Amino acid sequence: MSTSPWRDVSLTGWGRTARADSKAARPERQSALRAALESSNGKPVLAFGAGRSYGDAALNSGGYALLTERLDRLISFDSATGELVAEPGVTFETLMRVLLPRGWLVPVTPGTAFATLGGAVANDVHGKNQEAAGNFSDHLQWIEVLTAKGEVVRASAQENADLFAATVGGIGLTGIITALSLRLQRVPGNAAMVKLRRLPDLDAVVEGLTTPHPDTPYSVAWIDALAGGRNLGRGVLELAAPAEEPLPEQAVKARGLPVDLPGFVLSGPTVRAFNEMYWRRVPAGGTERPTHWRSFLYPLDAIHQWNRMYGKAGFHQFQCVVPQDEAPAAVRGLLETLGKAGRASFLAVLKAMGREGRGDLSFSMPGLTLAVDIPNRPGVDELLTRLERQTLDAGGRVYLAKDSHLSPDGFRAMYPRLAGFQAALKKWDPDGKFMSDMARRLKIREGGAA
Amino acid sequence: MTDVAALPPDPLAREVWVILGASSAVARAFSRGVAPDADLLLCGRDMDDLGRMAGDLRVRHDCRAEAVNFNATDYDSHCGLVERAAAFAGRGRLNLFIAFGDMPEQTEIDNDFALARRTVETNYLGAVSVLSRFAPRLEAQGGGSVVVLGSVAGDRGRLKNYVYGSAKAGLHAYVQGYRARMHRAGVHVMTVKPGFLDTAMTWSLGKLPMAMQPDAFAATIMKHLKAKRDVVYVPWPWLGIMTIIRTVPERVFKRTNI
Repeated sequence: MSTSPWRDVSLTGWGRTARADSKAARPERQSALRAALESSNGKPVLAFGAGRSYGDAALNSGGYALLTERLDRLISFDSATGELVAEPGVTFETLMRVLLPRGWLVPVTPGTAFATLGGAVANDVHGKNQEAAGNFSDHLQWIEVLTAKGEVVRASAQENADLFAATVGGIGLTGIITALSLRLQRVPGNAAMVKLRRLPDLDAVVEGLTTPHPDTPYSVAWIDALAGGRNLGRGVLELAAPAEEPLPEQAVKARGLPVDLPGFVLSGPTVRAFNEMYWRRVPAGGTERPTHWRSFLYPLDAIHQWNRMYGKAGFHQFQCVVPQDEAPAAVRGLLETLGKAGRASFLAVLKAMGREGRGDLSFSMPGLTLAVDIPNRPGVDELLTRLERQTLDAGGRVYLAKDSHLSPDGFRAMYPRLAGFQAALKKWDPDGKFMSDMARRLKIREGGAA
Repeated sequence: MTDVAALPPDPLAREVWVILGASSAVARAFSRGVAPDADLLLCGRDMDDLGRMAGDLRVRHDCRAEAVNFNATDYDSHCGLVERAAAFAGRGRLNLFIAFGDMPEQTEIDNDFALARRTVETNYLGAVSVLSRFAPRLEAQGGGSVVVLGSVAGDRGRLKNYVYGSAKAGLHAYVQGYRARMHRAGVHVMTVKPGFLDTAMTWSLGKLPMAMQPDAFAATIMKHLKAKRDVVYVPWPWLGIMTIIRTVPERVFKRTNI
């Protein structure tokens, strides 16, 4: 075919606040991917997966986007060891559908099954079991990266370790992932045994999350971000472990949100009422029940395009991690700031983290991570700036996969391994072929690494 | 090598689909569609890609899937392909999905006979070679299906791709006769004329009206296979569109830029 692989597209982050006009190619096989990269004429290039990063991490205004959605093959699976080799456009949804019925679960997954494995590498995602299982990259045997020189290079903790550390969590700036090897985890069935506990305030929630719970590797707390005063930080703690007994298979029927919701739906009183209901649905004495992995891991996936809930203006998601010692006070401070700003946010999510990630720009660190949706309304800039400041003061960092607002200085202070990342980029992509709106905003390639 | 006609198919053995031109998005979708109930032989030139695809089918559907090198215009090799397919199928019933093709820009073909020749050879002669070589085996098994991807471009010669269109028109006529021959042996032959599909071929044209996703296309073909249809337009509104385009008088049509 002699026709060009490019066409004009307009892409947005999941929060729909960040947009980019780019030229995009959608290769269906590796040879087409290489050909597209070669025909990019020196313009900046970036891979784009399922578009589930909230901000501008996957956007490349005025440059070239390589859509990976059709690079979606499961190349091999070893049913003795659980080792899967796959292309980057494979989604977690596919793994749930194909391999969970055979007793294999992805050991680390983000909160949506529609994310791609390539995106999971690029953001070194974590799940509700970060303390027990670490990050996505902890389960990678190797990755293959199509680098700026047009070569496919294999990288792992042993082989081309600098490329590996720069690529996991490296938000796409080292090249295009062409294949990866991931070790899956054996589970007895399709369900998790989930314990729910209703907790009256932040201290109780933090204690619930940080008390050792070796029998329940999954833990997450949903916090009523609008509750203040005595109730500040009240929430529902979920602890889970693989269930021995499988549940009957249920048809997956996701509902779509066909239109943008008008603003009043998410006004203060509505959200307040919803949060009250959500909190009260758990009996005072707690409850325990088996739940499909799908419903436990991906509660929001039941509504396709749930990001339309926030209307046309979109929303920001703010997620930060704060180190262990500072965590309770820092989270309290962040919740107070959110409360004062009167932002109607649904639920905030609080999780414990146990270890650093393997990537130069991996987000994780031992401590607590807080995530909260913030509708995009006047005043949101000031609020996000204040949250950034508080995170920085507590020695924490903001998650790039969710971010669209962080300052270059804040970024530099939060990611101390940036120099190593820049050194790897200098070696593998000296001319800066791979670029993103986020990299430009945060000046990721500038300075340092002499 | 086993005499291809010697073994009657075993009705209990799995169906076997031989996919020719297996790297296209449409062939991929069709392969995934039939794989739950069939074994697959993926034929094409991009062996790296076919290897990945064969692996994908094995992992997803626990079927047998193998990749085979196939070049549509290397006619002499096609006899070997039939033997290979027969060996792969064992006593399973063979079915063919013919999806290979080549569509260079007409403006480039206009100035280059070699390109015109390649277009006709790949789209027409290549298919004739494959279909005629597989015919004895299909007749011997007395059943099975053949799907041939034609094109709406073959329904009427157009300024913008008449060499490609003429090759597909030839193919349509060939398949009509082939269908009659196979019908006598109980083999079902279906011509599929795709309209706009959302594939690499149409990507750079921008968003097209009614462009169908490959998996929806594959599902529709499988439905038509069950109904043993002869000629189908997919998506179906193309039947209407092409009926109109075919009936425009030549003296008017030659002035259009359709």
